[in-house]
Amino acid sequence: MRAPLLLLAAIAVLSFAGPPVGAVLGIDPNAVDLLDRFAAPSLLHPLGTDELGRDVLMRVLSGGRVSLAIGVAAALTAAALGTLIGLVAGYLGGWTDRVTMRATDAIIALPLLPLLIVLAALDLGKLGVPAALARSDDISLIRIVALAVLVGWTTAARLVRGATLVTRNRDFVRAARSLGASVPHILWTHILPNVLAPLIVATTLSVGEVILLESVLSFLGLGIQPPLASWGTMLSNAQQMITTAPLLAVYPGLMIFLTVIACNLLGDSLQQRFERTTAVRR
Amino acid sequence: MIRYAAIRLVEIAALMALMSLVIYALIGLMPGDPIDLMRSADPRMSAEDVARLKAAYGVDRPLVARYLAWAGEALGGEFGYSRLFAAPVWSVLLPRLGNTLLLMGSSFVLALALALVLGTIAARHPNSRLDDAINLFCFAGVSVPTFWLALVLILVFAAGLGWLPASGFATAGTSDVGDRLRHLVLPVATLTVASVGGYTRYVRAAMIEALAQDHIRTARAKGASEARVIFRHALRSALIPVTTILALSFGGLISGALVTETMFAYPGMGKLIFDAVMGNDYNLALAALLLASITAMLASLAADLAYAWLDPRVSYR
Repeated sequence: MRAPLLLLAAIAVLSFAGPPVGAVLGIDPNAVDLLDRFAAPSLLHPLGTDELGRDVLMRVLSGGRVSLAIGVAAALTAAALGTLIGLVAGYLGGWTDRVTMRATDAIIALPLLPLLIVLAALDLGKLGVPAALARSDDISLIRIVALAVLVGWTTAARLVRGATLVTRNRDFVRAARSLGASVPHILWTHILPNVLAPLIVATTLSVGEVILLESVLSFLGLGIQPPLASWGTMLSNAQQMITTAPLLAVYPGLMIFLTVIACNLLGDSLQQRFERTTAVRR
Repeated sequence: MIRYAAIRLVEIAALMALMSLVIYALIGLMPGDPIDLMRSADPRMSAEDVARLKAAYGVDRPLVARYLAWAGEALGGEFGYSRLFAAPVWSVLLPRLGNTLLLMGSSFVLALALALVLGTIAARHPNSRLDDAINLFCFAGVSVPTFWLALVLILVFAAGLGWLPASGFATAGTSDVGDRLRHLVLPVATLTVASVGGYTRYVRAAMIEALAQDHIRTARAKGASEARVIFRHALRSALIPVTTILALSFGGLISGALVTETMFAYPGMGKLIFDAVMGNDYNLALAALLLASITAMLASLAADLAYAWLDPRVSYR
């Protein structure tokens, strides 16, 4: 468990601290230097420069900031939304429950990538989003997070709903109810803690999934738009120069790979640890 | 069981009707509409022409009316013409469906064979060095971005070593089987690496559970050989959960190779969906997306039915 955690921490610290440190050293990830294109690695540019003479290391690090921020933001939002839906569905039961579970079934079974491509290509102006927002630089960021949440809430919802169904008729919940505890109070203090462990595992795994999704959409030109750059957009850019500068495509892909595998390994070992502790407690 | 399947089929039909409406509406929300495209292709077109065309194509009618007209024709098997390919939608879809099935089928068989071997080896010695190595390989396969893996494979085996072609599905002008196979190698390798990790983990988990059962101990106690215990007794019960996972993975049969096909310029369904969406080819995008969705829904039903059919302890009422 320690190795993936350290790897993730290292990537996060470098991505978030790198650009400010670079700024102090006078290296701007967006500074164009056309006289110094495709430069070989040097002391000033440890990974060389790209097609516009920009420092590759600095660009990989600042791209990481975007990719990681999207991954964490979307995973947390999806977990929160899914938890809310799961609690309501599990506690109310009946039609609410049936409709939400059918919705999660459909989202799990449907071919998501093609549908997400359609959603990512939508003209926001036709949807009635104000032009000022639809044309702003951050809209691609918000759009990606929204898409990831739209497909990502189901895992948390199923977990929480299952746990709610199991716990809602246990004696301590009945006791709380008979003492006059309100429904939100029961859900928050008696039911939610029971499902926290698998929820943490699922959220850790979904950070990796979101980063992969973002990179695919950005690679296809439907994700993060310039001037913002994520690992996916860098790769999409590098693909056009694949024969002249193959290494430009290697670095961002390697970073995606390392980040996602670290999330997956961390989620896996967390799961094993939680399983062991609950087994001991029983 | 039959009642359960019938209910699920009705549900799937209802969901597909809903999905088709949603996709129809969404595609209308994409940038540009068919008449705008015609107008940009022909600047001499007058405002009256535009209005006349809009009326002729029915674009001026409300969304629901247009959808119902489309749905009526679609139910009769009439999906209209593809704008990009200037051909009926069906005649564009069918050859690409075949190409995708060839690609997905090959990688599926390969990944399954590998997963059975790796998963069984890992399950026989849980938590050994070998198990850890296989586990790491599985995680690597699940975590690698498909498009990047494809890019690296192209860089090494096509651009670098020059052993294999980088794109397409056959060299123009040849109909040689060897040539087609050589074009399949890199895309199949990409898809296999991406899917073998997940399968292996399922096989391993199912196998460990199967090996812990009493009848395995009995088989060992009566002196059955290790090979017989594994293949004859353990693998049979381990295959039940594995089969359902496999049936579920058929859900990605049509569009699962979207990224890989796009990377290798392989003329399959995934690339077709991407091109149709990007190229404002409404009729084609609608038909292809619906075909991919209905396949996925039927696969998930098949997975549930296979589970009940194979495992006598499970029944649906």
